[in-house]
Amino acid sequence: MQIFHRSTNFLSRVSIFGAFFFIGILLWLFYDLEASPYTTQQNTAREQPVQFSHAHHVGAIGIDCRYCHTSVEKAAFAGIPPTKTCMNCHSQIWAQSPYLEPVRESFRTDKSLEWTRVNDLPDFVYFDHSVHVNKGIGCETCHGRVDQMPLMYQAESLQMRWCLDCHRNPEKYLRPKDQVFTMGWTPPVEQAVLGERLKREYHIRSRVVLESCSTCHR
Amino acid sequence: MKESKVHGPKSNVAPELPVHPAGHAFTPGDGLDRRELFKFVGASLALAGATACTRQPTEKIVPYVRQPEEIVPGKPLFYATAMSVGGLATGLLVESHMGRPTKVEGNPLHPASLGGTDAFAQAAVYGLYDPDRSQTLLQLGEIRPWSAFLGEMRLVLEEERPRRGAGLRILTETVSSPTLARQLALLLAALPAARWHQWEPASRDNARNGARMAFGTPVNAIYRLTDADVILSLDADFLACGPAQSRLAREFAARRREGASGGAMNRLYVVESAMTPTGARADHRKPLKAADVEAFARSIATQLGVGAPTGTAESGGRFATDSFARAAAADLLRHRGRSAVIAGDSQPPAVHAIAHAMNGMLANAGRTVVYTDPVEANPEDQLESLRALVADMKSGAVSTVLVLGGNPVYNAPADLGFRDAFRKVARRVHLSLESDETSVECQWHVAEAHFLESWSDARAFDGTASIVQPLIAPLYGGRSAHEVLAALSDQPELSAYETVRQTWSGRLPGNFEESWRRALHDGLIAGSAFPLRALTGAALPASEPVVSSGLEITFRVDPTIHDGRFANNGWLQELPKPVTSVTWDNVAAISPATAARLGVANEDVVELSVSGRRVRAPVWIVSGHPDESIGVTLGYGRTAAGRLGSGAGFDSYAIRTSDALWRSGAVGVRKTDDRWRVAVTQEHHSMEGRHLARAVTSDELSRNPGVVQEMGEAPAAGQTLYPPHPSHDYAWGMAIDLGSCVGCNACVVACTAENNVPIVGKDQVLRGREMQWLRIDHYAEGDPSNPRHSFQPIPCMQCENAPCELVCPVGATVHSAEGLNDMVYNRCVGTKYCANNCPYKVRRFNFFHWSKQFRAPSMRMLANPDVTVRWRGVMEKCTYCIQRINEGKIRAELENRRVRDGDVVTACQQACPAEAIVFGDLADPQSRVSQRRRSPLSYALLAELGTRPRTTYLAKVESPNTHLDAEGRA
Repeated sequence: MQIFHRSTNFLSRVSIFGAFFFIGILLWLFYDLEASPYTTQQNTAREQPVQFSHAHHVGAIGIDCRYCHTSVEKAAFAGIPPTKTCMNCHSQIWAQSPYLEPVRESFRTDKSLEWTRVNDLPDFVYFDHSVHVNKGIGCETCHGRVDQMPLMYQAESLQMRWCLDCHRNPEKYLRPKDQVFTMGWTPPVEQAVLGERLKREYHIRSRVVLESCSTCHR
Repeated sequence: MKESKVHGPKSNVAPELPVHPAGHAFTPGDGLDRRELFKFVGASLALAGATACTRQPTEKIVPYVRQPEEIVPGKPLFYATAMSVGGLATGLLVESHMGRPTKVEGNPLHPASLGGTDAFAQAAVYGLYDPDRSQTLLQLGEIRPWSAFLGEMRLVLEEERPRRGAGLRILTETVSSPTLARQLALLLAALPAARWHQWEPASRDNARNGARMAFGTPVNAIYRLTDADVILSLDADFLACGPAQSRLAREFAARRREGASGGAMNRLYVVESAMTPTGARADHRKPLKAADVEAFARSIATQLGVGAPTGTAESGGRFATDSFARAAAADLLRHRGRSAVIAGDSQPPAVHAIAHAMNGMLANAGRTVVYTDPVEANPEDQLESLRALVADMKSGAVSTVLVLGGNPVYNAPADLGFRDAFRKVARRVHLSLESDETSVECQWHVAEAHFLESWSDARAFDGTASIVQPLIAPLYGGRSAHEVLAALSDQPELSAYETVRQTWSGRLPGNFEESWRRALHDGLIAGSAFPLRALTGAALPASEPVVSSGLEITFRVDPTIHDGRFANNGWLQELPKPVTSVTWDNVAAISPATAARLGVANEDVVELSVSGRRVRAPVWIVSGHPDESIGVTLGYGRTAAGRLGSGAGFDSYAIRTSDALWRSGAVGVRKTDDRWRVAVTQEHHSMEGRHLARAVTSDELSRNPGVVQEMGEAPAAGQTLYPPHPSHDYAWGMAIDLGSCVGCNACVVACTAENNVPIVGKDQVLRGREMQWLRIDHYAEGDPSNPRHSFQPIPCMQCENAPCELVCPVGATVHSAEGLNDMVYNRCVGTKYCANNCPYKVRRFNFFHWSKQFRAPSMRMLANPDVTVRWRGVMEKCTYCIQRINEGKIRAELENRRVRDGDVVTACQQACPAEAIVFGDLADPQSRVSQRRRSPLSYALLAELGTRPRTTYLAKVESPNTHLDAEGRA
């Protein structure tokens, strides 16, 4: 006796095919979600105690990165300026601005400003600024056009695959050391040619070394 | 708990391998049934995927308002300071991350350190951040401000001035600090009837009294082992105990290495009353009851021709025919002026005097043994000092007693009745780090500032003075002894800083500010070592040695928690004790033969009684312990130490009386039916016929330079089915010299501190879940009554063909381009396959969320920011201090050069006082590690497995006297 109608054959084919499709969609969804700015918080400006504008300070006035981020060439941490650095100028200019009251208050009360970290790596990753800027990786390469950011946001995903893209092919991103702190730098010759030359010149370690786990994880 | 014994391959060394039911990951006792297990498995599987897409939690950056010039965020700074144990200092360099001290290292400039440290110094930061530290000033349990204490001290002064201080007593531990001594002198000048007493349970009274006996004055003896060809230790554990241990270990090991590479090797004879690291390093060792050491020493002295007073010839004759004594005496005579006789601090003054006489006779005095004035500010007999204090307190003559440090209620001799006498004093003040047994007996308890929080000064074993410099402001507003004493002066609020500076102003050469800064920077005051004294004519004491009969008990300071002061230090509690590997407990050590006679086995509880006082202790059988002797260590059985220290072990002070501080012949042992589980990290001490820790004699080596290689077979480089791992740029490797290692454990604590290794507690150690990345294996081979001992530090071998890498299903452990066996925590899913496949058993698994211990507010400051804190379910292991390698590499990259040999120093290497560990680049043929690898002594552990370890060993070379057989008996 036949229990199932003949059309069940069709339905079972559809559901087998559909299951593959469904699992595929799920995986794709998961992958996309994991890489999405929702998870990475890429391109999201963060709330800060003072609406500090890099666009104004870097883009308009032209202050060098290192005026504030003093340890970027010698330590892992680039350094966030102490309140004193702000007050070097702002005790003279915009000295009464209500926007800068938190800065003046910090200086008065000796209580630190609490900034929200914008470019934040997981705690099991040990990134070192000094070795990157000393080997011809520009600020802009990871942090984007900071000179055009009124409010600071994370320009790249900061996911491991993004790190590895450069660790595997550093020649794509290398620039001359004297251009590291330049915003909007364009290679004078073809990047592929320049990158290969700089890679040799700056003794960039080989791909296997740069992609070893312990290069970044400790 | 039911015990089962599995009899493994027949070994001549007891104990055999016990199998604990609790040794398995899941036991019925864990309360987890099958159904529940599947629930957990299912739930974790379902949730595992979801963990991958967490958003980063929001983090704050808090910059300075005004940044100090020298601070670069992320770059640690090092400051010199000094740590005192037993009053004498060791110079240290302490690493500070943004103002919080995280790691202690030795100060290469300091004579007591020379760059190495002991385990206590390495664990000092744990003591600083210990959450159980006392945090407030208390009066009768109520929190009071400092001003209230100052008021009370004013009251004391007003009371005492009219009677010139007759009711005031001050009790300290051994004081070498010039500042504290100056303050005490000033106080006693103002109140001449007041008294200052000293008590330390492990005081060096015997050494001082011995010197008094020999020279008429309590001089301080300093040994120079660099020039000693033959060393005789009379129950002295000089390599792992005492104020100069790091220096002596370095000098001793340097001569061993020199000998192993063809030079003249020193020879060490040890007679000792317990199994110590020094004894384990002896070329000839004789276990001897403590009571017999004097007779033994006397017989050697007689053979050396030291003028024996009449009437003692017979007692000297007890060992006159002993071949060990004869051989040692002959060897000493052959090396006149190039030998040293060292007496142990637990031996009576007569033995010290005999040692002095022998050194004089052998013309060692002035060469390998030099003398200075005592380093202690007041080298009095501390037992007499304490006795006098107790008598005064009993008589009611004392109205105020200030106990500045120390814990006399807990550690005073049991027969003195210190507690009862103490209670008769109307005003009792205690300054201490913890609210301990003495604090609870006092009306006033002043929370003490840790030495890393306070200004002070101290002298080293040779008199060299160091300024103790704080690394951090007191976490809980603690006070130092200087501030408490200032409260009794006319400048009650003078800071410790000013007090110390006052001491040295005018005493430093040249411009004071400059010399002061130089002293702070160097960690010592140049030229402050005491001048040497030329002493001759040490007299041989006439006292009749005790004839030992029957059972004796010996007391020693504990190798990990000292006299009990480190009882709440988790790193030290969990540190396996040298030789026995016992953690979290003290034991009653007995020899296999005595155990058989008494009918006791490991973990049996016995009741020890000394003159009516009783204590219950677990038995632990130690091969090489003298027969008819019970060895116990001090410092355990505390009741008010804190959460870790209270309740651990048994209190051996309870049976330690003033007439028998170090040894008693009147001991009774009664077996009870109880058992006491003892947590050990190594249960089996036999190599089972394999050559794991290799040792050869210098004769064997000179006859056949390849003897070490022939002990095992190493497959040729190409003999593997696995693809090669070529190294790029660098090939990191480590070489450990077994001939240098003295088994002191400093490296293990250094590794724990550097790498954020958690502690797990006794229960988890019993289950084999200890977390230390580095362990020191101990082997005892041969006759169980006096076997040959070896220590072998085992870090990760960083195999080139690593068995762990092949079995990881998720690629969490992989090979780096520089030959490291990388462990990637964030990939690890906790299958534990790698640990099961590791032939060296160096992988450690986080069965629980042990790193939670870093969440307590103070403990957060302890963690090294350069190393990931691991979480539950993750495997971890030695990384060769990858953070230090990366630091060195980045520094080299910034300077456009290669990493130089010596740029990268691992934590274990830095701490090692004996320079047993060398780390470096194998790709550089000139590096020290490459040089060691080329030595004919170099071998790889379990090389026959074809793992090609990057960590290799140098076999130990011994230089036995050919007139004695290999075991030290003839």
